[in-house]
Amino acid sequence: MRMNLDIAQETGASGRPLAYAVLNSNVSDDQRAYFRAVKQTIPKNIWVDHLKRIQTDQDQQAFAELFGHFAPRVKAFLMKSGAAPGMAEDCTQEVMATLWHKAHLFDPSRASVSTWIFTIARNKNIDALRKQRRPEPEELTWGPEAEPEASDIIVMQQESEQLSQAMKALPGQQRELIEKAYFGDLSHGQIAAETGLPLGTIKSRLRLALSKLRQTMK
Amino acid sequence: MNTMNKITHHLSDQLLIGYSAGTLPEAFNLVVATHLSMCDECRAAAQSFDSIGGALLHDQPTEDLGDAALANTMALIAKGPKIAAAAPTGNDVPDPLSAYIGGGLSDVKWRPIGLGVRQAVLKTSRAATARLLYIPAGAAVPDHGHQGTEMTLVLQGAFVDEEDRFARGDVEVANEDMEHTPIADMGEDCICLAVTDAPLKFNALIPRIAQRFLRI
Repeated sequence: MRMNLDIAQETGASGRPLAYAVLNSNVSDDQRAYFRAVKQTIPKNIWVDHLKRIQTDQDQQAFAELFGHFAPRVKAFLMKSGAAPGMAEDCTQEVMATLWHKAHLFDPSRASVSTWIFTIARNKNIDALRKQRRPEPEELTWGPEAEPEASDIIVMQQESEQLSQAMKALPGQQRELIEKAYFGDLSHGQIAAETGLPLGTIKSRLRLALSKLRQTMK
Repeated sequence: MNTMNKITHHLSDQLLIGYSAGTLPEAFNLVVATHLSMCDECRAAAQSFDSIGGALLHDQPTEDLGDAALANTMALIAKGPKIAAAAPTGNDVPDPLSAYIGGGLSDVKWRPIGLGVRQAVLKTSRAATARLLYIPAGAAVPDHGHQGTEMTLVLQGAFVDEEDRFARGDVEVANEDMEHTPIADMGEDCICLAVTDAPLKFNALIPRIAQRFLRI
């Protein structure tokens, strides 16, 4: 993907309008519905909109805001996982650059922005700190025509928010255990089979999304 | 690869959390990624564990970055994406495994380990060993116990051991207290991806000597 900095800067200055101006020209109903869904989930899922702006307009303003919010979190995550501050700083910049380059792969019907950034940061951690390759499952792609449905985006973003709330409500000790499992303080042998994760219905939603995807791939 | 139907032996939550957290040895990640490519049930579970990671990432104390961090990142972006090697696709094994073989099953460089059984060790980090096993129809893998954890994923055919029957896509996890003798089904040669985080203990003398040479 080639980035056009001039256009990106113009878009950055005017912010959102360019993205929505597109709505009034030749876009499909699906795309219209998509943008409507993105708008409806604001302000809670404001970051989905930011990613969409990076995706469609290489919007540097949106990127700067996203960076301001997530980069300090990514750095904290990497340091908790064992990176020295300087290393964590460099890796964070690489993670955020990857986010820009891979923005077109983000699918808001299958993950929240936090979750997606977590997977990029985790993979960077394995690559840079543990010096291992990270085998990933075979890619499943929506066809070029098939944008995710607006309702699926809303539901997934709401599920993610609920999960986040449920995690905050966990007793301190339990949350600590889960953090240890994720920040690498526990070996896989030490992770208790039942950590009491408040997964709720997110798994069945994701299962449903995969079934739908399989249908479109047939 | 559409092999959604008959998988009955899945990955444990423990392994899926380890995969999501990124704390498993590379060889174990390889089995997990290969199974996830064949099993939507576990793929959905893995994605839900990623969501936990997302929530943890978001709701934690932050660490300040240097003043030039954003500018440096924009400079990184301007350099363009790192070109990753094109993922091999369309092989008779899922993509993640294909990347380690460098193709499909016909590209595997097998070495005999006795009784018609063949193996090929795949290159991963040293914390655990991944290898492909080729068990001729009706043949048995020598009786062995384990020091650590052994995971076996069936890629073709099926095998039966003291525990159950395992067919394409199924995963068996064997622990230290388990000794088993997998026997391939009569109908078809069986090919498995097996990983261990410790060397196997064979119960007969000859395989134990062979073990030193064959890294199993």
